[in-house]
Amino acid sequence: MLIDHPLLGPRDASEFVYLGDASLIDRPDWQADDAARAFHDYAYLRDNPAGPHRELWFHEGGDRSWLVVTRDTTTHEITDVRLARDVALERRRSS
Amino acid sequence: MHDLRPITALGADARREDAVGALTLTERPDIALASVAARLGREGEARDRLRAVIGAVPGPGEVQLHDPEAGFWIGPDQWMVGAPFDTHEDLAARLKARFGDTASITEQTDAWTCFDLRGAEVEDALELLCNLDVRRMETGSARPTVIHHLRCFVTRRDPPDWFRVVGPRASADTLHHAILDAMRSVA
Repeated sequence: MLIDHPLLGPRDASEFVYLGDASLIDRPDWQADDAARAFHDYAYLRDNPAGPHRELWFHEGGDRSWLVVTRDTTTHEITDVRLARDVALERRRSS
Repeated sequence: MHDLRPITALGADARREDAVGALTLTERPDIALASVAARLGREGEARDRLRAVIGAVPGPGEVQLHDPEAGFWIGPDQWMVGAPFDTHEDLAARLKARFGDTASITEQTDAWTCFDLRGAEVEDALELLCNLDVRRMETGSARPTVIHHLRCFVTRRDPPDWFRVVGPRASADTLHHAILDAMRSVA
């Protein structure tokens, strides 16, 4: 499997480490009133789609950047790769 | 009184040099390294200061070959800067003075080890070591990659039969062994 790194081009998946669902970027506010419940959901509840899935990959054998990869879990086809920092910064700007 | 003597990453008093066929492998303990990571919101200023130090701002996959300080891209808004150890042993402190609070500077000399691999079959040897397309790398190319399960940086120098491998110092012997193995396979 090849991951088309936005900065470094196509890279073998063996250079990467998989973390999981890209929703992990949205860490709950620990000071919120419902923080305990929010962290429970954040830590334990995941969708498990058969199809497109947004997930976090770490380029351990490369530039150490985190990527948000959209991968079809049934075919392993990768349709989108973005730097997680760009995704997170965009969200911060829009929220 | 302490009586300490410096040793190289491979544990010797002098640099290790190996020759297999037309290929040579030279340990480079004479290079000081420091990393530069631009601080959030200060990226533009940090780039200006980097340009002032090494003459350019290397983008992804690039190395700026420059004297005395040189540098290559290691990640978004991050660079590794190198200089001769004899004159720049305090490289991190010097860079800190140049960058101020626009970037975080970290001493890296004792975290990495450098090997120079040179010779006509250098591409053949590197192809056995990593999955980079080394034939498409030109002078001035710098790539992060994995060699022998170790995260390394490979840069192509001038003349182009010269590559430098920068790898984790704690695994210097393993890296040296792997490169030597590849040299024996192609020589």
